[in-house]
Amino acid sequence: MIGTIAMRELRALFLSPLAWTILAVVQLILAFLFLGRVELVQISQSQLLAIENAPGTTAIVLPDLLGNAAIILLLVTPLLTMRLVSEERRNRTLSLLFSAPVSMTEIILGKYVGIMLFLLLLLALIALMPLSLLLGGGLDAGLLVSGLLGLALLLAGFAAVGLFLSTMTQHPPVAAVGAFGALLLFWVLDWSGQGVAGGGVLAALSMFNHYKPFLDGVFDSADAAYHLLLVTTFLALSILRLDAERLGG
Amino acid sequence: MSGAILAEIKNISRYYGEIAAVRDVSFTIRQGEVLGFLGPNGAGKTTTMQIISGNLAPNTGRVLIAGHDLLEDPRAAKAALGYLPESPPLYRELTVDEYLDYCAALNRLPRAGRRAAREAAKEKCGLHDAGRRLIGNLSKGFQQRVGVAQAIIHMPPLVILDEPTVGLDPIQIREIRALIRELGKEHGVILSTHILPEVQEVCDTVQIIHRGELVLNESIAGLARHMKSASLTVAFHHPPGHEVLARIPGVTEVRAERDGRLHLFHDAGRDPTEEIIRLASQHGWGLHEIRPGRVSLEQVFVELTSREGAAAAAAAS
Repeated sequence: MIGTIAMRELRALFLSPLAWTILAVVQLILAFLFLGRVELVQISQSQLLAIENAPGTTAIVLPDLLGNAAIILLLVTPLLTMRLVSEERRNRTLSLLFSAPVSMTEIILGKYVGIMLFLLLLLALIALMPLSLLLGGGLDAGLLVSGLLGLALLLAGFAAVGLFLSTMTQHPPVAAVGAFGALLLFWVLDWSGQGVAGGGVLAALSMFNHYKPFLDGVFDSADAAYHLLLVTTFLALSILRLDAERLGG
Repeated sequence: MSGAILAEIKNISRYYGEIAAVRDVSFTIRQGEVLGFLGPNGAGKTTTMQIISGNLAPNTGRVLIAGHDLLEDPRAAKAALGYLPESPPLYRELTVDEYLDYCAALNRLPRAGRRAAREAAKEKCGLHDAGRRLIGNLSKGFQQRVGVAQAIIHMPPLVILDEPTVGLDPIQIREIRALIRELGKEHGVILSTHILPEVQEVCDTVQIIHRGELVLNESIAGLARHMKSASLTVAFHHPPGHEVLARIPGVTEVRAERDGRLHLFHDAGRDPTEEIIRLASQHGWGLHEIRPGRVSLEQVFVELTSREGAAAAAAAS
């Protein structure tokens, strides 16, 4: 049942020009940044050779690429998630799901899986860029896998927050702005808290702090747990929100 | 009226803040029965439909669909019902076939049976040629049919249709009504509407809801009694004086209407039609129109609700 809803969600994305545009734009911008980074490696190759223990190509190109990708996707994911529930509510198609023998949990998980499949496709396209370096040399596979895993977990969090905001309203733009605001807040949470009592807590909640280690090739299970916890929390909130719509009013 | 009980609605109430949209409504529907749910706008029709279809939880009361409680065992209960809301829940970007396949999957039809179910539903709703068209490009009438097809694709025992003929042209309305009658043979159908002829044409039982309360729950024959009009509309080329008409046995009151027609009220048991025709030809009044006064739902409704009020007042005193 989750699969049925997920596949419809994915199909709906690809039937609108939005998904294609997003894939194209994200790919174009990241390719531009990626090329710039590769060029830097090429220019400074002689200097790098002179340094002892110089960072490898992967270490120069990948963290930068994935760091930029995270920021761009923070802007883009709310645009993908905004329609999930709000548009169904607006078009009054939610009652199709509500009167079918499907639980709220299945509805939310189906929609979440659908959007995650799309985001993983986007991730695969991004991964093609560093993988193309294999044509001319070696790659640090550990760093690549760790970085991609980090980005995947980050996107899972983005999508869960976006889905929750989409259950809150019937206007997709409102859901997009709300999700964008929430994600940005999670991102910058540690900026203001530095040096203040309680700043440590804020820093621990910040998404960025739990993403950066992955880019450096450090897999900390606490970081992974943070992302999974974030996803679970917002999915649970989404289910409660949909349920409340039926009960309250 | 002898079929198995498909749905039991027990004392449901639903409040929006202070406002009671539905108050203590109970009824049952059996297999092979078409139940017409009448009421003016804002009477609580749609709220009741939403509660029975599981889109809205009642504040109090229970809904049993095919023996399953809608709140405690929603999956089994919802599998036994098909629901067409006021605006059909259609995905405009899908084709009719894709959409119906999705609905079949949502209703947990086994994969092998989906194609047959889809074709059967399309056949019933007159959609056989529309399978590959985009729903967004279909006319309103066809979209409505897709909505009905969606509600019956899993052959649920209970079909709930909320104003299914709104916005359709007369031919489409006839077709949808024929479809509803067809459905009523095997399924139980709850039909919400504010169009009286629709109810008279397709329903076996009529319920009227007013301000969230059921004020009438009767068979169609019972409603006809309520509607038995005690008036005639007549038009003459050379109208006689009102007092002449008022002297005809049975006539109690003569009222001129703005367009020149006359409205005659008469005793319920004594229809003066024949007498009027006889006198008209005898005196050359030039009778060119005579028909029973039309009673609109509004009038039946006003009559019913005021009678309820009067009865309540009588009971209280």
